[in-house]
Amino acid sequence: MDFRSSDTITGPRSEDVLPTTATAAVKVVIVGGFGVGKTTMVGSVSEIRPLTTEETMTQAGVGVDDNAGVETKTATTVAMDFGRISLSEELILYLFGTPGQERFWFLWNGLFEGALGAVVLIDTRRLEVSFDVIGRLEERGVPFVVAVNTFPDAPHHPVEALRRALDLPDEVPMIDCDARLRASSRDVLMTLMRYLHSLAVPLA
Amino acid sequence: MITGDLDDSERSALDLVTMVVAQAEPSPTFQPEQAAILRLCQAPLSVAEISAYLSLPFSVVTSLLSDLLATELIESRAPIVRATLPDRSLLEAVMHGLQKL
Repeated sequence: MDFRSSDTITGPRSEDVLPTTATAAVKVVIVGGFGVGKTTMVGSVSEIRPLTTEETMTQAGVGVDDNAGVETKTATTVAMDFGRISLSEELILYLFGTPGQERFWFLWNGLFEGALGAVVLIDTRRLEVSFDVIGRLEERGVPFVVAVNTFPDAPHHPVEALRRALDLPDEVPMIDCDARLRASSRDVLMTLMRYLHSLAVPLA
Repeated sequence: MITGDLDDSERSALDLVTMVVAQAEPSPTFQPEQAAILRLCQAPLSVAEISAYLSLPFSVVTSLLSDLLATELIESRAPIVRATLPDRSLLEAVMHGLQKL
């Protein structure tokens, strides 16, 4: 899919074209370690086939993700998958699945700052990845919920035990989910929205 | 919210989910990338989707869009961002939309 000429440009399928009234966009970031299911979750609730936006990172010798090689180069391409949900004729929700490493977050302006909130997706087999992510979101004041993606071969821990292990405040919602299922991923987003709603102060 | 790291004012004006709509038809006088953007944005499209469909990095797309904005060939609508006090009616609209999934 290299950029060649305007004749070869792909675009949205006709059924994916937004109505002209679609002018209000909001975003939610799904953040987690490599292979935790971010793209799976984006894909299960998205109305479009997940798309990828890329950015070039010009630092030398940086691996792209946890499993990347350590080859040294001057430019690394970092990809982020995203999906879309039309909430109404006017309001569109975009979901971005982003790696947990903070150095990638700066590649896209305001990725977290402009988001309504975040979902921290975790794999109980690799909890250590989540500590850093949770700490960074707390530092930045980004409201988030924690979703535990249930992998068949992962040990099942009670949510309260995980909460203690992650040193997570009582008020931050935690929910088990199966990122492959639309209804389950939708429930995670609903949990985030209800949490954000609880943080909102009623208008005086 | 002050982000501090957005020192490039042109780029910082465009978010991943800024919605873009073309105000002109593409013509042969445009650069191929500009014409492609105008063709894509006959209906509203986010900056992230433009980057994905054109297989161009986000920073390249925002730079192209800034030029098109300056010449009024496109219009953009900034996203609704998280406010210090979240907007309950907005969150309710989001929940209403999610319930229909």
